[in-house]
Amino acid sequence: MHELAITASVIEAVTERIGNAKVVRVLLEIGKLSGVVPETVRFCFDIAADGTPLGGAMLQIVETPGRARCHECGARIEIDGPIALCPCGSANLEFIGGTELRIKEVEVASDV
Amino acid sequence: MCDTCGCSDGSSVHITDPDEISATRGHQHEHSHKHVHSHEHEHEHDHDHRHAHDEHDREHAGEARAAATINDHNARHVIRFEQEVLAKNDLLAERNRGWFEGRGILALNLMSSPGAGKTTLLERTLTDLGKEVRLSVIEGDQETVRDAERIRRAGARAIQINTGSGCHLDAQMVSAALHKLAPPARSLVIIENVGNLVCPALFDLGEAEKVVIMSVTEGEDKPLKYPHMFRAAGVMLINKIDLIPHVEFDVERCAQFARQVNPNLEIMRVSARTKDGLAPWYQWLRARIEELGVEPPPV
Repeated sequence: MHELAITASVIEAVTERIGNAKVVRVLLEIGKLSGVVPETVRFCFDIAADGTPLGGAMLQIVETPGRARCHECGARIEIDGPIALCPCGSANLEFIGGTELRIKEVEVASDV
Repeated sequence: MCDTCGCSDGSSVHITDPDEISATRGHQHEHSHKHVHSHEHEHEHDHDHRHAHDEHDREHAGEARAAATINDHNARHVIRFEQEVLAKNDLLAERNRGWFEGRGILALNLMSSPGAGKTTLLERTLTDLGKEVRLSVIEGDQETVRDAERIRRAGARAIQINTGSGCHLDAQMVSAALHKLAPPARSLVIIENVGNLVCPALFDLGEAEKVVIMSVTEGEDKPLKYPHMFRAAGVMLINKIDLIPHVEFDVERCAQFARQVNPNLEIMRVSARTKDGLAPWYQWLRARIEELGVEPPPV
């Protein structure tokens, strides 16, 4: 499943930026419209992080809400998933929020 | 390790030109080629991208420390990242995109469930359009070079990517395959993705358009069940229409469901096997190729 590839990308991106520093916390933002399942990322993280500087780190995931703009009537609405209708009845929605898949911040333990 | 695909150790991704292995049947010794390409791309990518983020990070590190939850005993500090997870793949994909555009190449990303008819459609397209447009193919499967060999037998150049346990192609794999494929300017390159209606939707390869195929044996509500894929695609081909008398499938309802997910989808009904309905698909291809209008480079 692609969550494993995504989790591996997170680990690689973090170690590429901060080297071997011990990571104690990672904050991810996963949008409701991103096509990525947070629980699956959690599951993969434990496996993929083992043996890396992120092994044992706390994984925090913020699920950002889905937001869309209707091309028919211009309304901006909040949506829960990729199949949604504007109150005006149109399916012609542009996703303007909730597609994020982003590493927000990383907390490292400094050398004593 | 493969840059974006954690489910496959990079060393098990093989890129094969079936012409090169015809003398040594069944053996794929492509490791040296694969390693050269991956290494090349990683270095180029680092120079392009990493520095910008490092500067940005140093700028904000001070603020981050002030705002951070600091445990005095363990002297931790928080680093503001603000980095898209798929940044690396997306950057490589954009490089692929620029490479295609600079050569006047129309690149398509062909996706479907396993068995919907991608390879058969390619064989048919090759047979019917081969004289008027140069077509070459990048094939993606977990194992075997069978699909690339089919394309070769139909008369086009094809390079096979084997992902091992990977479930989708990514931009780096495609970039490496393109170096082997060396498609001519002003031609058509079709990338046949790994059979999978879920993962490929998330991984930009640098294509001009995503084309999704579903067959009439898959149930008319398929688009509703795999919205990310049908939303990402620009063209949808409903294939195997010759089997409609034998299955319960309402083509109109299927198209309606698809439009619910993506009102801008161009929907065509075809049979790659009997050739029924292929004219609109060829028309679409011809129109896109003409649109490119880029002159080939001087000899």
